[in-house]
Amino acid sequence: MKIALFATCIVDAMYPQTARATVKILERLGHEVIFPSGQACCGQMHINSGYMDEALPVVTNHVNAFESVAYDVAVAPSGSCVASVKHQHPVLAERCGDAALKARAEAVGAKTYELSQLLVDVLGITNAAEQLGSHFPHKVTYHPSCHGMRSLKLGDRQLDLLKSVGGIEFADLPEADQCCGFGGTFSLKNADVSSAMLDDKARNIESTGASLCAGGDASCLMHIGGGLSRTKSDTTTLHFAEILASTITEPVSVTGDILVGKAGVR
Amino acid sequence: MSNVFMGMPTLPVFGDGNLHIEETFPTAAHRELGNTQMRANLRHATHTIRDKRLKVVAELPDWEELRDAGSATKNLVMANLPALLEEFEKNFTARGGIIHWARDAHEANSIVAGLIKEQNTTEVVKVKSMATQEIGLNEYLEEQGISAFETDLAELIVQLGHDKPSHILVPAIHKNRTEVRDIFLAEMPNVDPNLTDEPRLLAMAAREHLRRKFLSAKVAISGANFALADSGTLAVVESEGNGRMCLTLPETLITVMGIEKLLPGKEDLEVFMQLLPRSSTGERMNPYTSLWTGVTEGDGPQNVHLVLMDNGRTAALADKYGRTALNCIRCSACMNVCPVYERTGGHAYGSTYPGPIGAILTPLLTGITSEENSTLPYASSLCGACYDACPVKINIPEILVHLRGEDVDSKRGEKKLPSQMDLMMKGGSWAFSSGKHLGLLEKGLPLGKLAAGRDKKIKALPGIAAGWTQSRDIPAPPSQSFRDWWKKDHTPVAATNKQEK
Repeated sequence: MKIALFATCIVDAMYPQTARATVKILERLGHEVIFPSGQACCGQMHINSGYMDEALPVVTNHVNAFESVAYDVAVAPSGSCVASVKHQHPVLAERCGDAALKARAEAVGAKTYELSQLLVDVLGITNAAEQLGSHFPHKVTYHPSCHGMRSLKLGDRQLDLLKSVGGIEFADLPEADQCCGFGGTFSLKNADVSSAMLDDKARNIESTGASLCAGGDASCLMHIGGGLSRTKSDTTTLHFAEILASTITEPVSVTGDILVGKAGVR
Repeated sequence: MSNVFMGMPTLPVFGDGNLHIEETFPTAAHRELGNTQMRANLRHATHTIRDKRLKVVAELPDWEELRDAGSATKNLVMANLPALLEEFEKNFTARGGIIHWARDAHEANSIVAGLIKEQNTTEVVKVKSMATQEIGLNEYLEEQGISAFETDLAELIVQLGHDKPSHILVPAIHKNRTEVRDIFLAEMPNVDPNLTDEPRLLAMAAREHLRRKFLSAKVAISGANFALADSGTLAVVESEGNGRMCLTLPETLITVMGIEKLLPGKEDLEVFMQLLPRSSTGERMNPYTSLWTGVTEGDGPQNVHLVLMDNGRTAALADKYGRTALNCIRCSACMNVCPVYERTGGHAYGSTYPGPIGAILTPLLTGITSEENSTLPYASSLCGACYDACPVKINIPEILVHLRGEDVDSKRGEKKLPSQMDLMMKGGSWAFSSGKHLGLLEKGLPLGKLAAGRDKKIKALPGIAAGWTQSRDIPAPPSQSFRDWWKKDHTPVAATNKQEK
């Protein structure tokens, strides 16, 4: 299968190892991964902040980028960006009075999957240890990000994949379904409320005794990880793609640094 | 635009009353977050109601279908509101009731005050009602020399404590029972000075206090949960029986209701009476449901009035993307599951309607250009818990985003310097609308790495970004973006798996 990777802006610029891990998993399964070079961002930050006029060129660029190349499906290692592509892009196009863009955005959205959706629903992965060779001998807890959980209805796809990783020790996160408080520019405009939500999330994570909290959205993980870092916690955050990419021969450390292998340095 | 025509001027009439908040949400939230007792009370209360709701909702195999039916019925009502209102008026009037139309809070207040004065009384008892909170009826009546006694236990606590409700269903949710005892001791006439904070004793003290009022009041004021167009029937759903007392004992009953509360007919109650109690108190059925249709000679109130109030509802109905906010049945499930509400409490929202529904309904009723109210749609991380909990499936996150758009657009014409947020969004629009632009900017990533210093953390940022670094670090950026790595270092792997999609 020919799979177009939508890296998402935050992963592209801040967490390239998450996108590399995504590529690695898919190539390990024997699929061809392409990276449409025109891609930049889903525009969610603009849309959610109410800057619709500014969001329109961002959304248009995404549609153009993922229309200009041939592929079977597109994938992104982010529930929130995929939810934006699938749900917000057509709504924005309609609001801006562009019916043609709306139809094109719907077509791109229909071919776009969040990583665990692609792995489980399309590629039939149910056991990461057996089918992907995933091995990660650490104690891990998991935060299900809101947009994946509620907009995409991912259910336990990410969680089940994580639990099937070889050597992993899994700890349930108390109040897992509670938002971490990120919310894009909410974290700036309502920084106090956002921080209060983060405090509770961080406390719950630390109570599990896990060495890291996994998740499916780099933005939420940056938020949670940033809070844990500020309080000098021993716990950190890591995208589940990196845990799935980790193998016995090419292990990934709890901080996401690839210890062995030719995938490049962080 | 909506085709609703009510014989009024065509410009939208925005709502007034207790809908205009006095300070921005972030300012109020900052203060309320410091109230640790309130936060502890709220956390306990909201989590208890949440769990109860989940349990009773899980009992119904057709819960999702019920939500769909509730949503569809309300959409139908809003699409046919003028005709349904006229049908209701005809039937209500035929049964001896009198309808009064009020365009805004002031009109509604003066109609009610006039009706009370006709009865030559200066005391009225009240059933808990959001509509009368919205218009500030108690305060208005006080100015007119009329005392209104709240008879719902929690409303009584709020009234005696000279406080404001912080929740639409449990208005004293921010108080614990010790605080309630202290309020009773200080404010309730003839209260037992040895009153403890045992809930049963508190309820008995309130009951004794209220019983005197029920038996002496000549006029009662209520709101309504539903109005049935095909019969002219009104309905109040409650837990304590105080409503039943108010609705049956006094000679005169005045109900104040927003025009959006209509349902086509009594068969619709089958759906809504399953949705409402389970979503609000987490009960299968509420203890008291009262329905009344006009006047029955020799039984119950002989003067039955209804004030049908717009107060911004027509303006909300005219908003194509926001109008489903009017479908709200005031169950409060959205605030009980909201992580923002849980931490700030209802007072931070400044309006009669707090929480997620308040963050959309308040600015829809008043118009987004109402300055402080324009901060309400941002009072959400868009986590979506409210949408999942809403019994009539109001897509609150989508309406929040829509209203943010209205807010930003409404400020575009203003001739003032762009805000930091404006500049960030303009810059972001350039950077994110082209892979080339973003790639170019990513060449600067090593600079960020440099800024992060030896511990690989960025701990302080200027301007609005300081909101981030007040409680979070940013990791040092990587030396190479994914895009760059892909171009220079990735060795393409041809597909070996011929598995078809």
